[in-house]
Amino acid sequence: MGGLEKKKYERGAATNYITRNRARKKLQLSLPDFRRLCILKGIYPHEPKHKKKVNKGSTAPRTFYLLKDIKFLLHEPIVNKFREYKVFVRKLRKAYGKSEWGTVERLKDNKPTYKLDHIVKERYPTFIDALRDLDDALSMCFLFSTFPRTGKCHVQTIQLCRRLAVEFQNYVIASRSLRKVFLSIKGIYYQAEVLGQPITWITPYAFAHDHPTDVDYRVMATFTEFYTTLLGFVNFRLYQSLNLVYPPKIDSQAEDELKPAEGKEYAMDSESYLEKLSGLSASLARAVAPTHEDEVEMDEFPVEGETAELMDAKKKEQEALEKHKKLFEGLRFFLNREVPREPLAFVIRCFGGQVSWDKSLCIGATYEATDPSITHHIIDRPHLDKQVVGRYYLQPQWVFDSVNAKLCLPVADYFPGVLLPPHLSPFVTEKEGDYVPPEKLKLLALQRGENPGAGYEESEEEEEEEEEEEEEGDNDKEEEEDESEKEEEMKLQKMEEQKTQSTQSNKVTAGKVRVEDKQRLEQEQQSEEKRLAIMMMKKREKYLYKKIMFGKKRKIREANKLAEKRKAHDAALKEQKKKKKKARQA
Amino acid sequence: SQEFPDPFAVDFPHVGYDLDGRRIYKPLRSRDELDLFLEKMENPEYWRTVQDRQTGADVRLSEEQLELVQRLQRGQFGDVNFDPYEPSVDFFSHEVRIHPVTNRPADKRSFIPSLVEKEKVSKLVHAIKMGWIQPRKPKENVPTFYDLWAQEDPNSILGRHKMHVPAPKIPLPGHEESYNPPPEFLLSPEEKLAWEQQDPSERRLGFIPQKFRSLRAVPAYSRFIHERFERCLDLYLCPRQRKMRVNVDPEDLIPKLPRPRDLQPFPTTQALVRISGNIHLELMEFWDFGKQGRGSDDGSVRLWEVSSGRCLRSLTLGAVVRSVAWNPNPSICLLAVALEEQVLLVNPGLGDRLLVAATDQLLDSWEAPEEERVQPVRWIPASPEERAKGIRLLVQHDKPVTQVTWHAKGDYWASVVRNPGGRQVLIHQSSRRWSQDPFRKSPGMIQCVQFHPLRPYFLVASQRSVRIYNLLRQELTKKLQSNCQWISSMAVHPGGDNVICGSYDSKLAWFDLDLSTRPYRLLRHHRRALRSVAFHRRYPLFASGSDDGTVIVCHGMVYSDLLQNPLLVPLKVLKGHAPALDLGVLDVAFHPHQPWLFSSGADGTVRLYT
Repeated sequence: MGGLEKKKYERGAATNYITRNRARKKLQLSLPDFRRLCILKGIYPHEPKHKKKVNKGSTAPRTFYLLKDIKFLLHEPIVNKFREYKVFVRKLRKAYGKSEWGTVERLKDNKPTYKLDHIVKERYPTFIDALRDLDDALSMCFLFSTFPRTGKCHVQTIQLCRRLAVEFQNYVIASRSLRKVFLSIKGIYYQAEVLGQPITWITPYAFAHDHPTDVDYRVMATFTEFYTTLLGFVNFRLYQSLNLVYPPKIDSQAEDELKPAEGKEYAMDSESYLEKLSGLSASLARAVAPTHEDEVEMDEFPVEGETAELMDAKKKEQEALEKHKKLFEGLRFFLNREVPREPLAFVIRCFGGQVSWDKSLCIGATYEATDPSITHHIIDRPHLDKQVVGRYYLQPQWVFDSVNAKLCLPVADYFPGVLLPPHLSPFVTEKEGDYVPPEKLKLLALQRGENPGAGYEESEEEEEEEEEEEEEGDNDKEEEEDESEKEEEMKLQKMEEQKTQSTQSNKVTAGKVRVEDKQRLEQEQQSEEKRLAIMMMKKREKYLYKKIMFGKKRKIREANKLAEKRKAHDAALKEQKKKKKKARQA
Repeated sequence: SQEFPDPFAVDFPHVGYDLDGRRIYKPLRSRDELDLFLEKMENPEYWRTVQDRQTGADVRLSEEQLELVQRLQRGQFGDVNFDPYEPSVDFFSHEVRIHPVTNRPADKRSFIPSLVEKEKVSKLVHAIKMGWIQPRKPKENVPTFYDLWAQEDPNSILGRHKMHVPAPKIPLPGHEESYNPPPEFLLSPEEKLAWEQQDPSERRLGFIPQKFRSLRAVPAYSRFIHERFERCLDLYLCPRQRKMRVNVDPEDLIPKLPRPRDLQPFPTTQALVRISGNIHLELMEFWDFGKQGRGSDDGSVRLWEVSSGRCLRSLTLGAVVRSVAWNPNPSICLLAVALEEQVLLVNPGLGDRLLVAATDQLLDSWEAPEEERVQPVRWIPASPEERAKGIRLLVQHDKPVTQVTWHAKGDYWASVVRNPGGRQVLIHQSSRRWSQDPFRKSPGMIQCVQFHPLRPYFLVASQRSVRIYNLLRQELTKKLQSNCQWISSMAVHPGGDNVICGSYDSKLAWFDLDLSTRPYRLLRHHRRALRSVAFHRRYPLFASGSDDGTVIVCHGMVYSDLLQNPLLVPLKVLKGHAPALDLGVLDVAFHPHQPWLFSSGADGTVRLYT
């Protein structure tokens, strides 16, 4: 037996991982610096497969990083910048202590800064990678852009976030890539499709934040630092892809329109530019004049069989998408002042509509409330005293529901003061066996082109409902009749059988004929076979099978519960209605 | 008089000295807190009375003094007449006067360039020339963006990084998160209560769904920043692991077995039930001629004819019967019955008369050996009345006997004695009335024993393992590890190469003796403890009875081809026995020729499945 004794934990999994403390020591960084570095570089702990092996036999809870990751961090130029910053802080403190104000000035001027460009490039080697990971960046930027300009974080960061968010919104408008909007109790979800990638972000409702105390804003700020860099580069690229000027410029034509009358300017041009942009009402200037032949028509290739069907489906989808993009084209909206302006203006503009608001509300209003060409007036109060003829007064939910439904919904349900239909999430696609709310079914029917009594008025509604009820009753009766017929047939058959038997053997008293439902028997047999087969499963597979089945059953249970709840609710509603009617009649 | 300067005056009782050098004392102040309080209450001038620290006397402030104090308190000048806002007179003003203000001649240095400055400037110029001083870089407040992905390189560092696990995206919201959800998604009061009582980490929904009449009524979400922050923490703190999401159709997991219908015949339906009152323990054993012996708790052995269902004989023995076993030799009609500490060899007198006579002859042909051997048991010939009952021999053990089993030839038989730690197994030869203890050392708690049907092997099941002894060479050949906690029963395949063991932890282990000493398959079909297992002699069937009241019949095909493993397919779950006293099926036995199964249960029934 030759050779050295093999030591434990010097090969295999244990050498691939490193604990956080050891990593920190290796990098010679303090914990906050290490944390910041991890955030910026996108390094995260890994859960080893065999924790005990990696932990050298101990079961103490530790976080492990991949050794490769840490080695990779060793070469990061930003680590040096962190050290420089540490030195800078030390010098500054010293200068302050000695009251050397000149030195303080000089030091402050030469404050070390770092750039994250190379990290962005490193983490997202291709543009598509960056787009795929844009969800968190957008949500964070939109959140930071709503922070007050005092306290919590640097004003520059907030301004930059606001700028980038507005730029992105403008891009979405220009490219018309918004697909779905959802008003949740947490905020407003948007989903845009950029270069084929779905990007979802959430914006909070425009209220002052109640800043929680148990949140570390430094961590969030570090994330934002990276996210702003990422979003800036993405914005640049996106603007470039549409031949738009970056940083965005308002179209000169639109700018003229936006220009207020002489002497009424409220701020300098340079200061109010971002606000004008954030008004979202003006189109952007293009680097190259747009040509209408821009859109590339798909070449048609002769295809056969399934591919032809596929192509057809694709074509149809494309057409539907084009139609969806032009949903609000030609419509002129006016937003009342109690309506959240930014989300609505954004959504309407994304689908080709024109939008305006009260001049005192925000910069960028293009027409007045009295404009006769307005087709839709969005209003969120129970009633309006002076109504102008020739336009719909609608609640804001109409806009969002229409976008999600991909068609302009009937307006009757959304008049001011009317009890709104439920707002459904567009992100849910019900699979088979899932619970589908009746509103969704109705919507699907509408999308298919069936128009179940669109545009009826309220007084007719009840009558129709009653008619429906009657119809339902009729259906039930018919079904019952069908069933009874079947039963009768069965009886006849039985009688015949009995007769034939009795002719064969007279002595035997007529016994009960056991009706053997062949299908049921078959089913029972099959289910038993299945049960027996399940018994023969291996332990691990059985566990998996049971888990899957448990999940499935729970799903069914939940769906049933929802359906039951809905039924009870509808019944209660009907009862109330009846009572009301009776009271009215009495 | 001489007075102290103020700071020293405090501690002394005197104020100073008079001209004669005597002390001038402070006025006597012996007022305590109460006096002070009374004065404060009674003296209307108290508020303007001040103590002179030098003399120690109380001084009442005059009106002027009061006003002065008030002015100072207000931050005004002490002097009433002082005007802080007097118009200032510009001495050096923009107005050019005829005469200069000062008439001092200008210095020479105001006409010639400064030497010091020149030195300083030249130093700076030199430094600039040498490149030591550089112009300050313009500050970049606004980051500049450019086309970062002008040259895309999909194979860059992270692209090569195989272990990268991208963070999962936040799940998209469902209907229940809407500000105006359908009514069924709102929580009922009970659900809300349950939600509130749940631990935040256990909640399936992180929020309570709410309904608002209009968009205007929707408030800010108080946990918005929290949620973003938690997401940030997840991104950089949460350990990631690539988990293979099993995306299989559960139907695919079910093994494809031959259909039970194709493996017929096997018992499927209950054909006969015999309810026998309050009998708890029933044991069954078949004799070749379709007769069945049965012992029961009430101390009797009954013999039945299966074809007619008739009780042929009934022996009342007066004690609990633990075990019965028919002699497998077709030329002998003999039944071994374990009764407390005795084993009875019974000739029930059924079947051919010749056979009965031959059996008796065989037993009676014994002649006592010349020298008495020391035996662990006593062989007692039956008394005449016992003989009338059919009992031929009594084998008296010293401890209760739990099991008797015959060798395939029908001469030898073994008995298991409940005697932990001591002698537990005995092998007897009925023709020579001779018994021996095969083991020198007790191999643990023995549950049951079996003779191998073909080879001279003896199988002994202890609590967790099965030992196979070679009786000829008198050595241990194999030790089967059962992977069970407590073996309850054992059966040997008539082919001889396979053994099944039932255990009290509801497992059934199938051993292939050619394959390994570990179970070839461990079947967990029953939900509760297994009481007995049995092989069919002809058909590839085996059955197990359990405390959950079911009997499971399985197809256990053994191939003569050594390369092919046995095929085990569960065929039928036979229900019918109602569990009583936490016991279900106690014994199962197959008919020797037909694919019929008998089971006896704790509910006092015997059931025949055909």
